[in-house]
Amino acid sequence: MTDKMKLGSDALVAVMGDEDTVTGFLLAGIGDMNKTRQPNFLIVDNKVDSSQIEETFKKFVARKDIAIILINQHVADQIRGLLNNYDQIVPAILEIPSKEIPYDPSKDYILSRVKQFLG
Amino acid sequence: MSSNARLQVLPSRMSQMQMKLRLVGAKKGHSLMKKKSDALTMRFRAILKDIKTNKEGMSDSFRKANFSLSDAKYNAGDISYAVIESAKQAAKKVRMRTDNVAGVTLPVFQQTVDETASAEGFTNISRGGEQIRACKDQFDELLSSLVQLASLQTSFVTLDRAIKITNRRVNALERVVVPKIENTISYITSELDELEREDFFRLKKIRNKKMKDNLEKEKELKQKQEELAAKGVAKVSKGENSLLGSYGSNVDEDEDVIV
Repeated sequence: MTDKMKLGSDALVAVMGDEDTVTGFLLAGIGDMNKTRQPNFLIVDNKVDSSQIEETFKKFVARKDIAIILINQHVADQIRGLLNNYDQIVPAILEIPSKEIPYDPSKDYILSRVKQFLG
Repeated sequence: MSSNARLQVLPSRMSQMQMKLRLVGAKKGHSLMKKKSDALTMRFRAILKDIKTNKEGMSDSFRKANFSLSDAKYNAGDISYAVIESAKQAAKKVRMRTDNVAGVTLPVFQQTVDETASAEGFTNISRGGEQIRACKDQFDELLSSLVQLASLQTSFVTLDRAIKITNRRVNALERVVVPKIENTISYITSELDELEREDFFRLKKIRNKKMKDNLEKEKELKQKQEELAAKGVAKVSKGENSLLGSYGSNVDEDEDVIV
């Protein structure tokens, strides 16, 4: 499939989202700093603009040790164009709800496809 | 694609045989592809249902997890900073396996826990241990369901592509390749029939021509004989007769060859 699919090796779960979401998942133990002190998470607050999100997303996608990227839906909305053009299988992008903003299933690419198939 | 498209071949017996073999191959391939597509679609539908239930359940578990986080924050103060600062090495990772459905490899994520990394804990948080633990458990649970969902989602995307490709091939075989070969076969057959008819006609012509020639020769011979008889040469008549006899048998042989 892709050369990124290293079978058998452990890969990370990256998270991009608001402080609470990131805190929760880091508490669960997914946080990681690699040798160059690059974290596998991004806290998106009002100081972070969309170009920064975009850059971080691209960096996560390019990293070979990330298998899943969790991303808050309101963050995903800011880089929607990038996500719609995303056609790799690994890492898998997962849109997740955030604390403040309720989840809108119609925006989710996968879920809308599922709905389309199930009718 | 027009309905009478065909391959560029010489209409011969050999190419007819080749085309027949190709037709058999194409039909076999078509049925196999169809089976593959069916198998993939079956798996696809199962995954669809799973995704739907999982995604719908996700919001609920998120609400629970966020609530417990608020609870932990209320009891332990703002732990975010401490938690974020203490992230050094991931305790929870995912391992990739592949699943094989009718020759299509599907990636499957499996969560792995590194015990040594998780044992470090968050030593710089002094209060609210119980709530933090509860919150951690909630997010653990959430994470494992998300990992599952991620596998389903990648399988969904992969299968979707594979099904599209397979269906395209099935349709191409069904609507382009097989009709083309069938057209070619019927073209070759008609062309061969035509050749046969031509041959038959030609042979018939030759036979007629030969028969006509024979008759003329016979006539000539008879005339000569009559002339000789009229002259009164009785001696020659015997030899002439034998010549005529042998000629007659020749005609028979020719006729055998023709028909």
